[in-house]
Amino acid sequence: MQSKTISTVHIRQKPARTNSFADFFEKFAHIVFSVCGFIAVGFVVVITVFLVVSGVPAIREIGFAEFLFGTKWMPTGDFPEFGTMPFILTSFYGTFGAILIGVPLGILCAVFLTKTAGKRISGVVSSAVNLMAGIPSVVYGLVGMIVIVPAVREIFGLPDGANLFSAILVLAVMILPSVISVSETALKAVPKEYEEASLALGATSTETVFKVTIPAAKSGILAAVVLGVGRAIGEAMAVMMVSGNVANMPKIFGSVRFLTTAVASEMSYSSGLHNKALFSIALVLFIFIMAINLILNLVVKRGKK
Amino acid sequence: MNDERVSKSRKAKGFILRSLVYFSAAVICLLLAGIIFYILKRGLPHISWDFLSGKPSLLDGTVGILPNLLNTLYIIIMTLIVVLPLGVGAAVYLNEYAKNKKVVRIIELAAETLSGIPSIIYGLVGMLIFVQFCSLGTSLLAGALTLVIMTLPTIIRTTQESLKTVPESYREGSLGLGAGKWYMIRTAVLPSAIDGIVTGCILSVGRIVGESAALLFTAGMASEILTPAQAVSEGGAGSTLTVSMYMYAKERGDFDTAFAIAAILLILTLVINISAKLAARLLKKGKGK
Repeated sequence: MQSKTISTVHIRQKPARTNSFADFFEKFAHIVFSVCGFIAVGFVVVITVFLVVSGVPAIREIGFAEFLFGTKWMPTGDFPEFGTMPFILTSFYGTFGAILIGVPLGILCAVFLTKTAGKRISGVVSSAVNLMAGIPSVVYGLVGMIVIVPAVREIFGLPDGANLFSAILVLAVMILPSVISVSETALKAVPKEYEEASLALGATSTETVFKVTIPAAKSGILAAVVLGVGRAIGEAMAVMMVSGNVANMPKIFGSVRFLTTAVASEMSYSSGLHNKALFSIALVLFIFIMAINLILNLVVKRGKK
Repeated sequence: MNDERVSKSRKAKGFILRSLVYFSAAVICLLLAGIIFYILKRGLPHISWDFLSGKPSLLDGTVGILPNLLNTLYIIIMTLIVVLPLGVGAAVYLNEYAKNKKVVRIIELAAETLSGIPSIIYGLVGMLIFVQFCSLGTSLLAGALTLVIMTLPTIIRTTQESLKTVPESYREGSLGLGAGKWYMIRTAVLPSAIDGIVTGCILSVGRIVGESAALLFTAGMASEILTPAQAVSEGGAGSTLTVSMYMYAKERGDFDTAFAIAAILLILTLVINISAKLAARLLKKGKGK
């Protein structure tokens, strides 16, 4: 409040001292900063418009039901079919599998970082997690391709190890850093009094963590899960290198193609309706991501209340 | 813990849960250590001066990553030059100018949305907007502009967080001495927020170095050495380290080169992580806190 009074005083004095050039400059700066401020909004609008404009025509041409629920993707045949159900289901199963493995591991690791480990060890582990977040996705893909794919082939006695299962393993590792850091923040935000009360009532420290702290942090942890879903569904390069990249209906040990990898792998050689259909796939992916963002916002908002 | 009043089954449950916690932390650390060790073991032997300073040529049978290193550098510089003023400007607007809470909320929501969009979508949109609509062609410039949209939220967030910690008294003092708002921001507010701006830059560099999907269709896959003038021109296409690594591994099956590049990427990631931490610490100290 104090600053306001001072600035009004300053404005009252201003005409006496400053020339119109300085005034103009102040206004100019204000306008420039406002433009910068709204540019993020502009980007979101432009991205949405471009995706809708380039994605809708193919869906219209193919037919909405055929496009979403068709189970065959044969874009280059004599009688091309553009069913994206295989991609949608693969992305769904892949994300679900990655969450199933990655989230419990991530939450337990967050518990370790916030409640169990000493300061020094938790420092080391959290820089390890940070490093993990920074490793490029193609590097994960390469390691998956050279280590996980042959290992899956050997262990399960398959002809080819590049399948949904390998992709799930790679995705699970890739979502760990974001799951860990968000749940860590959530666990840290639980008031100390809750834990103290639980301990005073005779619960052991482990019981306190699992029966008091984690339930109290559940909206933050839910946010971590939703963020993990977003990461997993949007990942393209690493998944492309380990999933086999064939447009089958998803099977755990079958070669599959995700929404992201369909776009990434066919963009370079597609043409005509095929090309337009890829933009429609991107639009479907975009809609999923927007829905996830919306859920994330609702979860975070509810957590704040 | 060894209290007699705690029953055996509770003790057992506690023990299992605690072991699970330790187990998962150990798994994550071992995973990371395994990945690092494996990549360095397979990659480092193939890194040599010739590898770093040469370019790939089928005729001479040489493999080199100088073009890709240069392309990565060009893209980083071009992206930062564009995104820094935009991001810092947006943060200044949010923190210093905007009075309407709703407006602030909308802009923050937009920034959050941008940071949630996967990079493959950025790749497509970048292709539609910059390559085709702005007819820049597949070029480093188009790639850099795509990354501008992608890194904008990072710069806005870190700068904004830092601006929030600038004491109100700095602003009051500056205004009280008769400075205009812009003069106050330039001389008192922004210099004190430098730690956030630098951190944002380093994080963005990390994101740019690791990015591949967004560059695949915007910056191209060529591996020719470009001069800076070519790099900013319309036809200057080229692949960064990550994209070329992908090409070596997936398209050509040359895993030795791929692992060598992966090792370099890993070392870069490590350097970027450490410098982000150091920068935050050093600049905060300089702030006198």
